[in-house]
Amino acid sequence: MANTRDIRRRIKSVKNTAQITKAMQMVAASKMRKAQQAALAGHPYSQILNRVLVSLRDMVSADSHPLLEVRPVKKTLVLLVTSDKGLCGALNTNVLREAAQLDQGNTLFVASGKKGASFLARTGRKMIADFALPDNPTFLQTKAISRFCLEKFLSGEVDRVNVLYPKFVNTLVQKPQLVTLLPITDEKAEGVSPTGAEIAGSEATGAQFLFEPDADEVLNSVLPYYFHFEVFQMILDARASEQSARMVAMKSATDNAKGLVKDLTLEYNKARQASITTELLEITTAQMALA
Amino acid sequence: MNSLQLEIVTPEARVFNGSALMVVAPGSEGGLGILPDHMPLMTEIHPGEVLVTTAEGDLSFAVGGGFLEILPDRVSILTDMAVVEGEIDEKAAEEAVARAEKELRETALSGEEHATVQASLLRSLAKLHVKRRIHR
Repeated sequence: MANTRDIRRRIKSVKNTAQITKAMQMVAASKMRKAQQAALAGHPYSQILNRVLVSLRDMVSADSHPLLEVRPVKKTLVLLVTSDKGLCGALNTNVLREAAQLDQGNTLFVASGKKGASFLARTGRKMIADFALPDNPTFLQTKAISRFCLEKFLSGEVDRVNVLYPKFVNTLVQKPQLVTLLPITDEKAEGVSPTGAEIAGSEATGAQFLFEPDADEVLNSVLPYYFHFEVFQMILDARASEQSARMVAMKSATDNAKGLVKDLTLEYNKARQASITTELLEITTAQMALA
Repeated sequence: MNSLQLEIVTPEARVFNGSALMVVAPGSEGGLGILPDHMPLMTEIHPGEVLVTTAEGDLSFAVGGGFLEILPDRVSILTDMAVVEGEIDEKAAEEAVARAEKELRETALSGEEHATVQASLLRSLAKLHVKRRIHR
């Protein structure tokens, strides 16, 4: 049995660790609330944007815009969204496992997040860009990323743009998800936006709109907007996932540390009791010898 | 008098949501004044000023580029930036303008970067424009 001083030292160090993980858990909890709010704040915008798209769809033919054009897929671009920091459970691992399954030969990667970037570098994938983002990215900041992807698509370098990100399901569950953003297809336009805001066709007002200068012009500028916005929402979603995964991971770390402290304390008390008993025995024996 | 429901939203927040009597927005084909019962119309907007007349008084917003959707009883403005006049930091906007102008003048920017700086310049100018007009 270890001596009491060693055990005491271990208890202290575990307690320290528990304090740190506890603090990280609190920080992640508050950041998670903020990230979730940010993700929700985009709802009114996505609703209106989808309404605009739905009313535009009837006005123009499907292949009137390069972003709508479905080409045979030779190269795919994947935007890999991960976190910058670790200590968030299996979040990044799950996303990267998905990434590892993608066809290496014809997939180009764009990374946002250090974990993803280092994974791509380590496994020798074709990474063409790596974007760093702060904790609470703004629309203009993510636009730099989406614009880059958009250009690759428009120049014909890639024929499809996918995003792989940890989708926020709830605080306990985050699922890696691979979504095709370009070309923009019909079902996507009237489907479900990444945050889960349903936009059914019935949302369209049915009114016949006038377009100024004309429908094609408006479509021309709406579609890139739509793409930029989707990417923004997905990155916010990934941020919310990251913080909640971190919170949960840190909570279980704190709980484990507490359990460990409990076990160690028991062991410590046993060792202490054993040493007291031995001492008492020694004293009694000594007394008996003197008597 | 009729009123219309105005919504100004950015990807980050809903900046304004309320009833208005008249809205003036910088459309792609020139300034656009919207009264209730306007025809359904959809257009692009350019960075500039959105003037809102409400029952309680006038409001002025500096907006970035975006879209405008008009329905007879509702106007929605989608933009990547919208700041109400009172919240514009004149100094910061001035500095942003100076910085962007300097960058446009001195650095050789690629087409893409040029467009980005140009856009941010326009946004800052829109802010300044709104702020100064009110003061005078």
